[in-house]
Amino acid sequence: MKIHEYQGKELLRAHGVPVPLSRVAFSPAEVASAAAELVRESGNEVVVVKAQIHAGGRGKGRFVEHPDLGGVKVVRGAEAAREVAAKMLGSTLVTIQTGPEGKKVQRLLVEQGMDIKRELYLAITLDRASGRNTIMASTEGGMEIEEVAAKHPEKILRATVDPAVGLRDFQARQLAFGLGLGNDGAKKLVLFLRKLVGAYDKLDCSLLEINPLVVTGSGDVLALDAKVNFDDNALYRHPDVEALRDPSEEDASELEAKNYDLSYIKLDGTIGCMVNGAGLAMATMDIIKYFGAEPANFLDVGGGATAEKVTAAFKIITKDPGCKGILVNIFGGIMKCDTIAHGVITAVKEVGLKVPLVVRLEGTNVELGKKLLDDSGLRVTTASSLRDAASKIVEMTK
Amino acid sequence: MSVLVDRNTRLLVQGITGKTGMFHAEQSMNYGTAVVGGVTPGKGGEVVLGHLDNNAGGKGVPVFDTVADAVKQTGANATVIFVPPPLAADAILEAADAGVPLLVCITEGIPVADMVAVKRAIAERPVRLIGPNCPGIITPKQCRIGIMPGYIHTPGRVGVVSRSGTLTYEAVHQLTTLGLGQTTAIGIGGDPVNGTNFVDCLQLFNDDPQTEGIVMIGEIGGSAEEDGAAFIKAHVRKPVVGFIAGTTAPPGKRMGHAGAIISGGKGTATAKLAALREAGVHIADTPSDIGAAMAKALR
Repeated sequence: MKIHEYQGKELLRAHGVPVPLSRVAFSPAEVASAAAELVRESGNEVVVVKAQIHAGGRGKGRFVEHPDLGGVKVVRGAEAAREVAAKMLGSTLVTIQTGPEGKKVQRLLVEQGMDIKRELYLAITLDRASGRNTIMASTEGGMEIEEVAAKHPEKILRATVDPAVGLRDFQARQLAFGLGLGNDGAKKLVLFLRKLVGAYDKLDCSLLEINPLVVTGSGDVLALDAKVNFDDNALYRHPDVEALRDPSEEDASELEAKNYDLSYIKLDGTIGCMVNGAGLAMATMDIIKYFGAEPANFLDVGGGATAEKVTAAFKIITKDPGCKGILVNIFGGIMKCDTIAHGVITAVKEVGLKVPLVVRLEGTNVELGKKLLDDSGLRVTTASSLRDAASKIVEMTK
Repeated sequence: MSVLVDRNTRLLVQGITGKTGMFHAEQSMNYGTAVVGGVTPGKGGEVVLGHLDNNAGGKGVPVFDTVADAVKQTGANATVIFVPPPLAADAILEAADAGVPLLVCITEGIPVADMVAVKRAIAERPVRLIGPNCPGIITPKQCRIGIMPGYIHTPGRVGVVSRSGTLTYEAVHQLTTLGLGQTTAIGIGGDPVNGTNFVDCLQLFNDDPQTEGIVMIGEIGGSAEEDGAAFIKAHVRKPVVGFIAGTTAPPGKRMGHAGAIISGGKGTATAKLAALREAGVHIADTPSDIGAAMAKALR
């Protein structure tokens, strides 16, 4: 799960991680008063107005309505902040991560201007190979870490967290001296990392990326940006984090699928898929592509697919205007094929069927399942193998 | 021959009084697995599934309060874990502490932080964890541990290792239909942190004289397939057929399995397929071609 920058910074602040003074605002008037407060508190006239969307690349992004304006704007004083806010709010920001359709901006973060001496990169995430969390640090603050990894892999410093003893101060010092922070900077980074790792652990994060981490003219170390992602499996123990979810940032169909405990991801192709099991669902998408078409979605109905779940899945798939045909691929191992067939028949009767449907069943009671479909009087094509099913549906939708 | 489990395996079922645990304990008993005990705290002393042969010389399965008790009373040498995600890490550690050498965790949805701690805690113990978030392990006609449909398997010549559940069934079904069969099929699970990896299983199959060929089914995310490819290149002289699911998966999206995600340009199917090809693995073009590719490679 992802959250907005302002929410991430509030969480980090609550866990003792140094972040700049800032306020979230939802209207130009709120932005102006927030800016005025920040100027008063910091003694600095400079404030930064930052568009709050989940996608990255905001600074280099551009608003559709205001092609000269990016998603991050440095201004002087409350009045200037109000003017920028009036342009940003309700406008659509396009960045490298939003796709060409962009994202409507509805929230802004107003932050104190900082006297920045250096911009660094710092992140914590899981290293799957070792099964341990790892800290990555780089002098190339502001750059995408993938770009640094590709061009200057030697510039990425790493420290692995041993779960038995946690991140040790000496590891933080190694990173600090490696970044050229000197002894004073090292002391600051040790404290910063203690708090940051603490927040990562307490909040069950999957990624905590500070890009940039800044060193100010007076030598302070602060998180100027914060990307905070959470482990979905651990959300049950963080209802306060779950409450930060912004539905406007998520696909409506994906949210609806979640209510039925279906794993659904919208894609751009024409063949809707319904499969049991994540690996088989991906493989089904792949074989559609192999036969020359593109999948319209990923959909895993899970191991215990009931008639209700199958119906819900059908509704979600058929709602997609791009869907020109449907492929159902079920390997009923423990689950019986006749049960699945009943579910499909019920779903088709309830939802209606305007596009070709190919069903491939395999496993327990497969013959009974196929007979039920053939005898249903519905326009359902059955298939003998996944290869057969995929070639049929691709042919029927040409 | 087989790897890890056979007719001498004596199985415990942790969470046996739950709906899923009970159902699959019954399936395993019907398959011929020796199910010697169950564990549910607070239900020690009960006997469940009393109408069924436990394949260990009696009827029914005695339930114990702790794994330690169960091991002491039954001499179990393997356990399967069917407990909910919040309790799963504790269940794994309890089994490791009781000295059970083979732990199979079926549970899906365990927090990553819990598995990081578990992996560290069991690293220095003489135990092997399979999973979590996996279908389990089966040696046809001898021992079924997990949730896979037993009847699609048949004894044979091919070792199967996979990160996916139903996609494994697909491959197993093809091998059975083509008359090749399986020595053992292992699902290592779809989570980012798991106990047993491709390399571990490839090594086991490589060392098993009865295993003539190996099917390896991977998916997007992480680098376990690349590690497997490097091992194959260096050590494996048996034919290996590979399939990687997720060629069409978009980056940044978690495809069902917690571990199936392309992040930061890493973990793509293209990179994994390239590594496997480089190692001399026979790539199945579609999931329907896995069995046929193995038949051809074994010819």
